[in-house]
Amino acid sequence: MDFINMTVERTNVQLTKADFESDQMVKWCPGCGGHAILAAIERVFPKIGYRKENFCMISGIGCSSRFPYYVNTYGIHGIHGRAAAISTGVKIANPRLSVWTITGDGDSLAIGGNHFIHVIRRNVDLNILLFNNQIYGLTKGQYSPTTPMGKITKTSPMGTIEHPFNIGELVMGAQGTFFARVPDNNIALMTDCMFEAAKHDGTSVTEIMENCVIFADKAHAPVTGKDVKDETMLILKDGSPMVFGKNNEKGLILKDTMLDVVEIGKNGITIEDILVHDQYSQDPGIQLMLAKLAPPHFPMVFGVIRSAMYPTYDDLVEEQIKFARETSKIKNVDDLLNSGDTWEI
Amino acid sequence: MTKKKRPVIEREEVVVKFVGDSGDGMQLTGSMFSDVAAIVGNDLATFPDFPAEIRAPQNTVAGVSGFQVHMGSSKIFTTGDLVDVLVAMNPASLRSNLKWAKKGATILTDTDAYDDKTIEKAGYKANPFTDNSLDGFNMIMAPITTLTKASLQELGVENKIAERSKNMFALGMLYYIFNRDLNSSFKYFEHKFKKKPELIEINKIVLQAGYNYADTIEALESVIQVSAAPMEKGRYRNITGNLGTAWGLLAAAEKSGRPLFLGSYPITPATEILMELAKHKSLGVKVFQAEDEIAGICSAIGASFAGSLACTTTSGPGLSLKSEAIGLAVITELPLVIVNVQRGGPSTGLPTKSEQSDLYQALFGRNGECPVIIVAASTSENCFYYSYMAAKLSMEHMTPAILLTDGYLGFGSTLFRIPKMADMPSINPPIAEANDSDYKPYKRDHETLVRQWAIPGTEGLRHRIGGLEKENVTGVVSSDPINHQVMTDMRAQKVEKVADFIPEQEIDGPDKGDMLVVSWGGTYGSVHSAVSKMQKEGKSISHAHFHYILPLPKNTIKVLKSFKKIVVCELNSGQFVNYLRMKFPMPNIFQFNKVQGLPFMINELTDKFNQLLEEK
Repeated sequence: MDFINMTVERTNVQLTKADFESDQMVKWCPGCGGHAILAAIERVFPKIGYRKENFCMISGIGCSSRFPYYVNTYGIHGIHGRAAAISTGVKIANPRLSVWTITGDGDSLAIGGNHFIHVIRRNVDLNILLFNNQIYGLTKGQYSPTTPMGKITKTSPMGTIEHPFNIGELVMGAQGTFFARVPDNNIALMTDCMFEAAKHDGTSVTEIMENCVIFADKAHAPVTGKDVKDETMLILKDGSPMVFGKNNEKGLILKDTMLDVVEIGKNGITIEDILVHDQYSQDPGIQLMLAKLAPPHFPMVFGVIRSAMYPTYDDLVEEQIKFARETSKIKNVDDLLNSGDTWEI
Repeated sequence: MTKKKRPVIEREEVVVKFVGDSGDGMQLTGSMFSDVAAIVGNDLATFPDFPAEIRAPQNTVAGVSGFQVHMGSSKIFTTGDLVDVLVAMNPASLRSNLKWAKKGATILTDTDAYDDKTIEKAGYKANPFTDNSLDGFNMIMAPITTLTKASLQELGVENKIAERSKNMFALGMLYYIFNRDLNSSFKYFEHKFKKKPELIEINKIVLQAGYNYADTIEALESVIQVSAAPMEKGRYRNITGNLGTAWGLLAAAEKSGRPLFLGSYPITPATEILMELAKHKSLGVKVFQAEDEIAGICSAIGASFAGSLACTTTSGPGLSLKSEAIGLAVITELPLVIVNVQRGGPSTGLPTKSEQSDLYQALFGRNGECPVIIVAASTSENCFYYSYMAAKLSMEHMTPAILLTDGYLGFGSTLFRIPKMADMPSINPPIAEANDSDYKPYKRDHETLVRQWAIPGTEGLRHRIGGLEKENVTGVVSSDPINHQVMTDMRAQKVEKVADFIPEQEIDGPDKGDMLVVSWGGTYGSVHSAVSKMQKEGKSISHAHFHYILPLPKNTIKVLKSFKKIVVCELNSGQFVNYLRMKFPMPNIFQFNKVQGLPFMINELTDKFNQLLEEK
């Protein structure tokens, strides 16, 4: 299945789910979205085809961040908010590793917000999986930077008075090159998007709308619930028209400078009029508009929203080192110590 | 060159300071002067003294920039307390530096820089030439700006450009005063201005003009000769402490075969290390300028996990921000070198001034039981060696090491006898072998308690580490009470066992006696000078200067117990002394402290030592 980064060594044996199963007991709550995400990872890693020793999982703190213990790869369970920074060091030090950064809405958007925007801006070749459950789970139910305004939580007994981040908007604002959004109840879509993320050279951010059964149960149900999802979810596919609805009878068009929902077959609208998704567009204009859509007036879009080609930080590091090695007279530390003004006594 | 016959006075050591406006080129003038001293074989130490602001208002005291050179025909240990020759390019620099001039010092100043406006801006109430404040000094008052312009008249150089080379006129005068040759500076101009040949000519003419002018003036009764110092044979260069630290890390990387990674964030006075390493990509070093101090250290932890010699460089406030991450490196038992070029604190404090007040932070500034190796350099030159040793110990013992230097060492320079890499001690990190079926993340060496470094990408060694406590040997997450005790003890003992791999504490002077002076870090030069002065006077006094702080050398207690009195001198309120008191409760440990952002003066040390020796 098409091109995948060649700097990471490939395996010559067919790996399976068993190759990545850890011997550790998974300690997430029953019904937690984490279980489905773990299943998707165990499916996608063998498919990616890298040597199993070349995978590295780095996390911060929070429920999501226990993830590395549950997958048999090299891994670090880091400190709160710093997964992106630790991952950056791993990837720069050894670009032949496939680095996966596991984080949550509190970890990456609150305490780790600074590292999050800068890793994206630099386009370090990492795959960030951001578990967005809109709550602090491990500390038992305080609001997070993605909790909807007005939501009652342990630290907002009268409802939050903060505007939540839209993760896609934040990623694109930080000049992100890859953004995908998936629900935790669709393992096939999750697997596809993770594969796309792995293929992308640069920082990929995959927002996984994860359910926290204990502290924010069904927070995503108004969008991803089985009963409503036909009307509230639009799953993007590159090169295909943006349609949704039970029979794909609805679609998005660009009307003046805004997106609009239309019904195919009504008012002379045909499938030809519907916007076609271009995830590879350099210009993030439409992609940003897509990332911001939300019910009730619009569906929320899922799948790979943006996947644009830009040089990666780690490639540029290697290029500069290669150039310096070819052109500098200083080849070793003895050369360095004796360079410049020296004299004999 | 015709030269008046003036008597030549031989001096064993001389301190010269160049001061002027931030834009007057004092750093360049000072370093050219010291380069010539080095070439004729003087030993020397230099120190730049500049404001925290980049260009404070012209002609104010806030905008004064200086460069001090201490040179001698014998070993030089400090950058000098008081100045023998002061070159002051304007009233503000004269006013702010007069307090550092020795009684009877020679002061060279540009009379053209004194007018009502500049005199007032400097904070003088009246012209210092008429208010008796310069009585007792040997004043050389020269119209430097006018003479500089005049020397360039024939070339038709614009006044503005001509004025800019007035520092070279002053330097020419100094070369005359110190009986120096101009040729090496001429060569320097030819090299530096290869692309602007007109500047070669201008600078040569002005330098020569200053030299010739000094030859003609009446104010000079004699010239000063500082002869070559007896130095160990070898190839030498100038080195600042920050340069030495950067190069020590490069050397350790090469020796160990581990690629060097630096994750860092700019902060005074440590930034030069980051800038220096960024220059040496040809040696494979990967330098990551992070978005903040925390990302600096966290990226280094990631790189360490991935098998690099990983480092982060900072100063006090940055070390505070890194505290939590140091804990992660301690519990994951990964090597990591943290360089703290100390400055005056707390908070932003005195960013360009030096202090030793981060020792407590290095020892104790983290949550939990969190020991790390602590090493301290003591001269600009040995920053190279101790950063190398911090890297060696950190990798070989799989635990973070903090290297303490300070702004005084970092910015200051000394002569450096260039070592050969083949002579540097070997570095053997405990790298785990591929497909070792016995590999466990926290399986330890019986002697050293060191775990193995299993590098991602290696076949058969996949494992997870992290900030949660782990079961000893297996590395499985564990909150078992007994295991936590075991792991806490292991981490501490592992660091203590480093004492088996460092040299014993040396004593300068007799190994027993009335008084032992104890110091650590950047105060070596002044404390050593004070103690040797008193030893020459026949006092029963010895000196122990510590480079290894945690663990302490194994013979430390024996050293301390061999003297009737101990006095610990530090540029803080007493951090090392309290650490020693905690480790070795003894009633006879005294202390001498100073927290002014300034180094110790030799006189204040000898006064204190004499007073303590006399007290019953």
